[in-house]
Order: sequence, then C-alpha cells, then structure tokens
Amino acid sequence: MIKIRQFIHSFGWPRIIIGLFLLSLFIIAPFVGVKISTSLSDTLIRFGMNGVMVLAMVPMIHSGCGLNFGLPLGIIAGLLGGTLSIQFGFTGGTSFLMAIILATPFGILFGWGYGKLLNRVKGGEMMIATYVGFSSVAFMCMMWLLLPYNHPTMVWGYTGSGLRTTISTEGFYLHALNNFLQFRIGEKFLFPTGMILFFALMAFLVWAFLHTKTGTAMTAVGSNPVFARASGINIDRTRTMSVIMSTWLGAIGILVYQQSFGFIQLYMGPFYMALPAVSAILIGGASVNKASIANVVIGTFLFQGILTMTPSVMNSIIHTDMSEVIRIVVSNGMILYALTRKAEVSR
Amino acid sequence: MATNCKNKEGVVRLALVAGEETPFLTDEGNCMKANSAPLLEMRNISKDFFGNKVLTDVNFSLQPGEILGLVGENGAGKTTLMKILFGMEEIHETGGYGGDVVLGGNMVHYQTPFDALADGIGMVHQEFSLLPDFSASENILLNREPKTATLVSEVFGDRLDTIDRKTMHTKSASAIAKLGVDLDPEMLVSEMPVGYKQFTEIARELSKAEIKLLVLDEPTAVLTEREADILLSAMRNLAKEGIAIIFISHRLQEIIDVCDTVMVMRDGMIIKNAPSQGLTIPEIAKWMVGRDVGTKVAHRDFDFTAQPVILSIENLWVDMPGETVKDVSIDIHKGEILGFGGLAGQGKLGVPNGAMGLFPAGGSITFEGVPIELNQPRKFLDAGMAFVSEDRRGVGLLLDEPLDWNISFTAMQVQDKYLKKLLGGLINWRDEKEIEEVAKKYIKSLEIKCTSYRQLAKELSGGNQQKVCLAKAFAVEPKLLFVSEPTRGIDIGAKSLVLQVLRDYNERMGVTIVMISSELEELRSICDRIAIVTDGRIAGILPSTAESADFGLLMVGKNPEEHKAGGLND
Repeated sequence: MIKIRQFIHSFGWPRIIIGLFLLSLFIIAPFVGVKISTSLSDTLIRFGMNGVMVLAMVPMIHSGCGLNFGLPLGIIAGLLGGTLSIQFGFTGGTSFLMAIILATPFGILFGWGYGKLLNRVKGGEMMIATYVGFSSVAFMCMMWLLLPYNHPTMVWGYTGSGLRTTISTEGFYLHALNNFLQFRIGEKFLFPTGMILFFALMAFLVWAFLHTKTGTAMTAVGSNPVFARASGINIDRTRTMSVIMSTWLGAIGILVYQQSFGFIQLYMGPFYMALPAVSAILIGGASVNKASIANVVIGTFLFQGILTMTPSVMNSIIHTDMSEVIRIVVSNGMILYALTRKAEVSR
Repeated sequence: MATNCKNKEGVVRLALVAGEETPFLTDEGNCMKANSAPLLEMRNISKDFFGNKVLTDVNFSLQPGEILGLVGENGAGKTTLMKILFGMEEIHETGGYGGDVVLGGNMVHYQTPFDALADGIGMVHQEFSLLPDFSASENILLNREPKTATLVSEVFGDRLDTIDRKTMHTKSASAIAKLGVDLDPEMLVSEMPVGYKQFTEIARELSKAEIKLLVLDEPTAVLTEREADILLSAMRNLAKEGIAIIFISHRLQEIIDVCDTVMVMRDGMIIKNAPSQGLTIPEIAKWMVGRDVGTKVAHRDFDFTAQPVILSIENLWVDMPGETVKDVSIDIHKGEILGFGGLAGQGKLGVPNGAMGLFPAGGSITFEGVPIELNQPRKFLDAGMAFVSEDRRGVGLLLDEPLDWNISFTAMQVQDKYLKKLLGGLINWRDEKEIEEVAKKYIKSLEIKCTSYRQLAKELSGGNQQKVCLAKAFAVEPKLLFVSEPTRGIDIGAKSLVLQVLRDYNERMGVTIVMISSELEELRSICDRIAIVTDGRIAGILPSTAESADFGLLMVGKNPEEHKAGGLND
C-alpha cells in the first residue's frame, strides 16, 4: 500500500489520470469500430515524429531559461537545412543526412544569437522566447520568397522563384528513418523502428550530456544561478550553450517530423509548433526548471496518444466527420491544461 | 465563551470526521467550567509525516497571562506543534495529527488558520507578511478597517463603504501603545527599520479585540538589543492584561528573562517543562541537545607573526548593497583564524563577498604572492580559496538538488574531482560512485542529519544546511577558507559543533580561516585575532583576549586606547 502511494506520488496524479483516459480510449476503440493496431501504430509514429522536438525543451529548462517557446527558430534552422539539401540535389537517405549537416550551422548561429538575447532578459525568458519564435517566422516568410532557390520541385510554378508553402519530401528523405528496420505485425501495425531508434539516440545524447561536468554545471545554473556563479561557473556562457543545444534539437526535430509526415511546411508552418511540444513536456511532469528524459517520453506519448485517439474514437461514436474540430479542441485543451500545470513542481 | 459554545456543533462534527475521541464534548456543562480551566491545553499530541515521527505525546497547558518559552534545536518540532495549533493546511494534507487541542475548555480542531484567528489566537511569523507600500496603520487593520456607510454603499452593498481613517488611526495607535514603542502609525512599512516592521506585525495581532493567545516565532532574531528589550517589556505588559504568550526563541537569555515557564523540546518530545525561575542558560542548553554543551571552543595561543602572510588585501572596496566596504587593507597569516566583527551594515560581510568576486570590487588581493584578479569567482577558487556564504539559501545551496550534488559540485567544477575521463579525456563523465563516497564521508564526519545522501538540501534544517555548506567548501580542500556567519540562525548544539569543526579543520589541515560573524563572543572563542569593521574600514585589530568593552568601542568607531583614562596599552 505504501509502495503504491509512493508510486502515485512520484508519478503524479495528472499523469495517472491522463494515462487512464488514454487507456480507456484504447478499450473503447474496438467497440466503435476503430482498429487498435492502426491506432497504436499511429500513436507510435506520432510519438517518433514529435519526440525530438519535445526533447529540444530539455537543455533550456535545465539551464533555467524556461520552456523553449522559441522552438520555431530551431525549426527554421531545420527548414533551411532541409530545403538546402534538396536544392543541392541530394536524394534518398543522403538528403536526410545532408539536411542535418546543413541545418547544424544555422542551428548553432541562431541559437547563439537567441541565447545572447535571453541572457539580457533574465526572468522574462519565456515571453521573449515566444516573440523570438513569432518574429523569426514572420521574417522567414519574406526570406522564403526572396532566397535564390531554384530547384524545380520547390519553387512556385508560375514564377520559377520563391519557395512554395508545402514541399513534398518524396524522392528525397520521405520515410528515411521510418522505413529503416521497419517491421509489420498483422495487417495494420507498423513499427517505425528507425525513427524510434533515432529518437532514442538523441535522448541518449541529451541524457549523457547531462551526466558530464558541463551538463552538471548546466543543471546547477538552472537550479540556483548564484550558487553556480559562486562555484566559478560562467552563467551566461552555460545558458547560451543550452540555447544552442535546444535550437539545434529543434532543427533536427522538424527534419524527423518531415521525413515521416511527407511534407516540408514553410511560411506559417512553424508558427504553432512550440505549444504542442511545450505541453507534452509539461504533461510529462516537467516543471519550468526541472525536466528529465522520462518526462519527455511519458509526456510525448500521452499527449500524442490522446491527440491520435480522441478524434478517431469520438468520430466513430457520433458518426459525423468532426475529427479536425475535435483534434483542435483536444490539442488546445491539453495545451491549456499543461500551461496551468506549469508552476507545479514534480519529479 | 458564548461563541465557543455556539461552535460546538461544528466542532463535534469536525472531531468525528477526524475519528477522534471527544470526551470533553459530551459533557454539557463543559462550557461553564471553562473559567477555572487553563486557556490552552494540548494533550497527547502526536504527528508523523509519512511514517516519520516528528511529535510524540506532547502535553502541556497554558494559563491566561502566562508567558511560555518554547525552545529546542532546529527540527525539534516547535514549528510543527504551532502549525497543529493553527490548523495549517500542510498538517491536514499530511494526514492530520493525533491528540487533542483544548482551548478555553473546548476541544477545537481547526481546519484553517482563519478558524484559529477567529478564536483569538494570533501568530507573528519569523518572515514578515506586510504590504511594503502601505502605512503601519493600514497594515495593522488590513481587511478589518473601520468603515463609514455612505449613500452609495447603502445602494450597492457594504463593499463600497468608505474607510474611516480617523478611527483607524486611533485604533492602530492604541495597539502600538500597548507595545510601548514609539512608532508613527502613518509611516510606510517600506521605510521602516526591521525592528519596526516586527512591531507592526505584533501590533496587528494586538489590535484584534478578541486576542487571547499570541504566538511569537523568533520575533527578536531580527531586532537590535534595544528593540528586543522594548519587545520583551511589551510582552510583560500584555501578559499582565491576561494575554497568554508562546514565545519561541533561540536567545536563551531572553527566554529566562521574560518567560514564566520554559518548555524544552527535543526530537519531538517535551524534555522539560519548568518554571523559569532559577534556570541557567547551560541547563537549558543541555536539555535542548541532550548533552553538555560547551558553547566555547577553548582559547589557544597562536603566534601569527611567526607565520608568513598568505593573503594580503590592499585598499579593497566592495559595492555590496547594505554592506559597503570603503577601504580595507589587512595581511592574513598562514594558519591563523582571523575574525571580522562589527555591527550589521558596517561592511564586514562585504569583505569576503568582494574578495570572492560576487559583488563589484576594486583594490588588490594577493594570495601566496600571486595577485588575484577581482570580480572573477573562478580565479578566487582556482587560487585555492573557498567561501562559505552567509546567505545559505541564496548562494550556499542548490536547494532543489540532493546533498551529494551540493557537496561535490564546486570541487567538481573547479578542480575536476569526481569525474571519469571517457574517450581519452574528451568527455568528463560524472562519477556517481565517488560523489556518493565523498557525500557520505562528510555526512558522517560533520554529523549531518539526513535520511540519505540523496535527500534534497531544502528538506534539511538550518544547522544541517550549514554543515552541507561547510562540506562543500571542505571538499575543495582550500588553503584559505572564508566563513561568513557560520552560526546564523542555527541552534546552540549545531553552533558549537560548527565552531569545533572549523577549529579542528584549521588545526589538522593547517587551513587558514577567516571568519565573519556578528556574534562577538563566538569570534572571541575561536579566533586568534579579530578585526572590527566600522563604516567600511577596519577600525582596529585586537587579539581575541582583549576586553569586550574595547571591541565595543571599536564598533562605534572609537579608539579604545584614547578612551582609557591612564592610556593603558595591551
């Protein structure tokens, strides 16, 4: 009994309730004609697609920069990497690798500037971060038109210049990870091995980093910056480093997302990407200055699971096609819930 | 009394909910008997936090007009006991308590502190809860302002009544008068010295007509001696008017001076409940810690002049708010224990904070012949010095991290200790095992009371937190250690242990120690010589054997030698 109570205490009521809700959706699903195998497969794929972007929250939370509402900036670095890779004519798996390599300098550069900015607004990081994200998206709306891209698959057909709003990744890195070691159980259940492995690799890298001397310093800076300073840590440099890492992970995250989703979404595409990632990690039990890899995994799974399951189950129950409406209601509801939880500290 | 009887229905229900025996409520005549009964009785109180017992079978009673001194080490259960009395939420959240609280003959079981306040129990906390931009009078009568009905409020309800400033002024002035202090009710809290804030807090409780019992939680900790005296005499006046007072303090002399009864708690139990008449400080201290306490570390003779200078501070200025250092020059010799004393706000705390680089500083410091760059904590640490800050919670600890991190962090970052080199030194991997070892080593040697080496620092009591701060500094193995206010806010048992640890460390390892403290007696017992800082400058350096009067003169900026009639030199 005490064990159970301790477990509940450490896992947290919100997660247990959301978990039970998700479980109940899976139980109801077969009765209303939704295939469990498809749903599970969808949930896993969405988990893999979004996992790295949620992971991009972790370094900044650890260094005390708060939640990375500026994720769109990292995503833009990823978009630049992806489009450049296609522009330079890479195809297949190589194009994915090149996209990562090309996105890296942008991620570091953007992250560096973003970090410098956040160091000047200590205490108000999250508000500033939100607007960094928004304004960078607006700025890139102009740049996507003006940058001299000319690869025929990407530019507007009628002018031959300026990038289109959606670009298919087919022929380039579509399913570059999904198809790696992918296996099938039954007719409908697909396990996206490569994508999950890639997420695991990224999660491991972040976990390992946090176990190094520098990672320890980063956690201490987030926990008590004055303490860290009194131990000889350069706070601003540590924070900038964490922002660079978060931005880079955001760039990688969107590439993983695109290779599974099938499209590169430019212009306003990155605009609303931060909130689902922020919500996922909060639902996973992170707080504004404490987050672990477990928070990322649990949170992403619960958030994406509910997002996948609710519309399909509800749709089947009420027999009308309202999935998009329900999806918006559920996802924003979850975001709202998560943001109200933000002050709660849990382990 | 009538209100208490009226409450009875509610009380019965609440008590039954809590599943407790209610022998005193079945008795109809109980309310009538109350006059002869004590004002407050706590019977067989016990409390545990998730199986961890913090109070065991606590019994005591309090008569009207009695002043009860409640003393005990940090973590002895004083605060928990008071929280139970007040029905604080965290008590209910953690499973309630056992035993009965009887107020004026009625058993009570408060669900919220508001119920306790309504029954005439007032509490003044250690931390102020005042609105800084409101005047004393506004704070005292907050939400209980005398009001005048107006035409508008007749129509729209009493929320639109206007405040009757005149009555408010007289009411708060009379509450302040009860205290016997000279405090202008119209003074803004933000402009008050600390002592006056404390008086405002107490006046707020006194302004309640129904006040019967007042709990004062370390009210004198922030007061100067004179202010504390005023407060103590005010307490006596209040007691004469029939208000019972529970007085919690670490200053034992005050307890003996003002209290009728002294109750000593240790490990959640009442060790002693005795009239204060004839008690001595050593007796109380012994009950508190359960052993004889030598508050003094034996004095030693140490000839610092025979030792080389290890740290030389020249013309140091430090811009530390409230503790500005203007011009300090001093040579510190190897192996000595040097004290920095002086009144609060004169700059003694600025010296180590500036030397370490936590606040903007100028001048020059030379360590073992090498000049150390100022304003760079890393340079200070690299040179082989360490600093235990006076601000434990703000600077000294990672409150949200476990003990082992707190202890090992500085040494790990500055000296690359407790790290494993992976991939040929490319990666510095945290060596959890070594960290555990060093944490356990210091937990053992410094007697840090904790559930495990992974316990969070914020869960420890003040004295144990201080020991963790020391352990953190010891782990760096410094050649010179600055310790700032090492005994502030910790109880008498921990205090002597901390001082003894510092002395041992100095003697065994040959570490030079610079200790900054507001308590002169403490400095005199451990230090070889003491520098008194006044107005940002060193007023004088005396051996610790000098008379306290001389130190006192230095503190007020006078030269003791000029003051002595016969020009006696030491």
